[in-house]
Amino acid sequence: MLPVNTYTKSLTTDTDARTRESPGFMSTSLLVGPALAVVVVLFGGGLALGLIQSLAQLPAAGINALTFEHFANVLSDPDFLNSLMLTLYISATSTAIAAALSIILALVLVSLLEKYRLVHFIFQIPLTVPHLVIAVAVVFMLSPTGFFSRLAIKFGLIASSAAFPLLINDRWGVGIIMAYVWKEIPFITLMILAVLRHTGVELLEVGRTLKAGPWQRFRYITLPTISPSLGAACLIVFAYTFGAFEIPFILGQTYPMMLPVWAYKNYSDVDLLARPEGIATGIIIAGVIIVAIVLSQTLIQAARRRGVGL
Amino acid sequence: MRSLKRNIISTAVITTVALPFAVLITWSFSNRWFYPELWPRQWGLRAWDYVFGTAGYQIIAALVQSMLVALATALISVAIGVPAGRALGLYDFRGKDLISVILTLPVIVPPLCVAMGLHFWFIKMGLASTFAGVVLVHLTFCLPYSVFVLWGVFSNYNPDYEAQARSLGATAWKVIARVMLPLTFPGIMVAALFSFLLSWSQYLSTLIIGGGRVTTLPVLLFALMGSGDRPVAAAVSIVFVVPAFVALLFSARYLGGRSIAGIR
Repeated sequence: MLPVNTYTKSLTTDTDARTRESPGFMSTSLLVGPALAVVVVLFGGGLALGLIQSLAQLPAAGINALTFEHFANVLSDPDFLNSLMLTLYISATSTAIAAALSIILALVLVSLLEKYRLVHFIFQIPLTVPHLVIAVAVVFMLSPTGFFSRLAIKFGLIASSAAFPLLINDRWGVGIIMAYVWKEIPFITLMILAVLRHTGVELLEVGRTLKAGPWQRFRYITLPTISPSLGAACLIVFAYTFGAFEIPFILGQTYPMMLPVWAYKNYSDVDLLARPEGIATGIIIAGVIIVAIVLSQTLIQAARRRGVGL
Repeated sequence: MRSLKRNIISTAVITTVALPFAVLITWSFSNRWFYPELWPRQWGLRAWDYVFGTAGYQIIAALVQSMLVALATALISVAIGVPAGRALGLYDFRGKDLISVILTLPVIVPPLCVAMGLHFWFIKMGLASTFAGVVLVHLTFCLPYSVFVLWGVFSNYNPDYEAQARSLGATAWKVIARVMLPLTFPGIMVAALFSFLLSWSQYLSTLIIGGGRVTTLPVLLFALMGSGDRPVAAAVSIVFVVPAFVALLFSARYLGGRSIAGIR
């Protein structure tokens, strides 16, 4: 599921290393316990308390009774549906574009093995950059008075900034998608490369001797090889773009907002009555992401059982 | 032909990665830059003078605050993560799959949802608007990351060396300090780097729990963005990125050929 394992497996490689019998319930609990407790209390507690707050009846002074009023308010709000559709559209588009470009990049880069370290180094840079910074840079590049607009004037493509297409704070979320694609391509590419590097060329050569064309070799050999990593990476990217705040806050339009921005807007509203609705929206975001994970895992496992080469 | 294609792709990759930085750096060194000129009319240090002069105190304070939060988060994640990673990597026991799921959720569910829920509780406990509160909320997703890294590290660690040290009379503490920690040090550094970078780039959870009182660099940068001063926003963005790069370079030798993929 997580990429980190594949990369850190060889940090302290020892051929004699292997999984051993547990030294007993007590000592493993002592070792894992603190970490598990922190996560269960802070994460589980955070979600549970959020759920209680979004189900609590006002006045906020005390929780008198549980009610679905806040969830009903959120779900029946036309703004919610607009935000949800926009969020699904932006997350799916960003993930799809980033995945497509990453596959192409990985296929080209895998032949550059001797330069792998350089590529590797270059790819760490976008991974290190906070989302906030790339959002600021995208404003400077894509806004009507940004770098690309200036370039377009220089080359005589447009006459004034008014003629430059709206790419940030726009209806189609172009700026948001560009920022996410820039940020996520290195992640997906490295996930694919990690697999491709360790699969030999033998299968592809077999394919070639069997007169499989480039497309057939890609479709029936490469794609099945990379699809578990690619799928996991896409899921992580989708979940992230579905729930992240910074980029849509800076690059999004004021209406409709992406769900996380809408949730925070309600949460921080001066009208305290809006706060439980903000929290309810947060719970809905978490719910959609958890359902997406469970669903995709179940689908993958079902497909595997039916023998589909995923 | 093939090498031409490769060169085109390498150039495209490098340009795409470098362009945002080039634009930020150019803006930060421009005193006057009017539309639609492609280059600043007047270069200068006005923005940098503001960042380290006029607003210097505020920005250095935010830089220190961010650094302390990220270091504390990284330190605690590693301290709690090492024992957990050791148990998960070395031993086979029931419930490992469940633990894996429990640790995966905070990595994928956005911090926003958790921070909004925790806030009310933190207010009651006096943790809201405090340094400790912000570190705790960062730990929620930094700790699982470092446990996953250390899980991988310890699944390739051979504890037979510890048995040898013990047979030579080393005490438990000596075994940890002289055998386990040196052998797993690169992995521990990578886990710390993950936590540091993750905490460093957090904005919303810091804002919700810190309530504007714990002013880390991203909180300040958001406030400055509103002022519409592009050169200053560019300069602060650079100030925000550089420590992350330094952390990356510093730990590059521990990373070896591996990447920090997975950092959000």
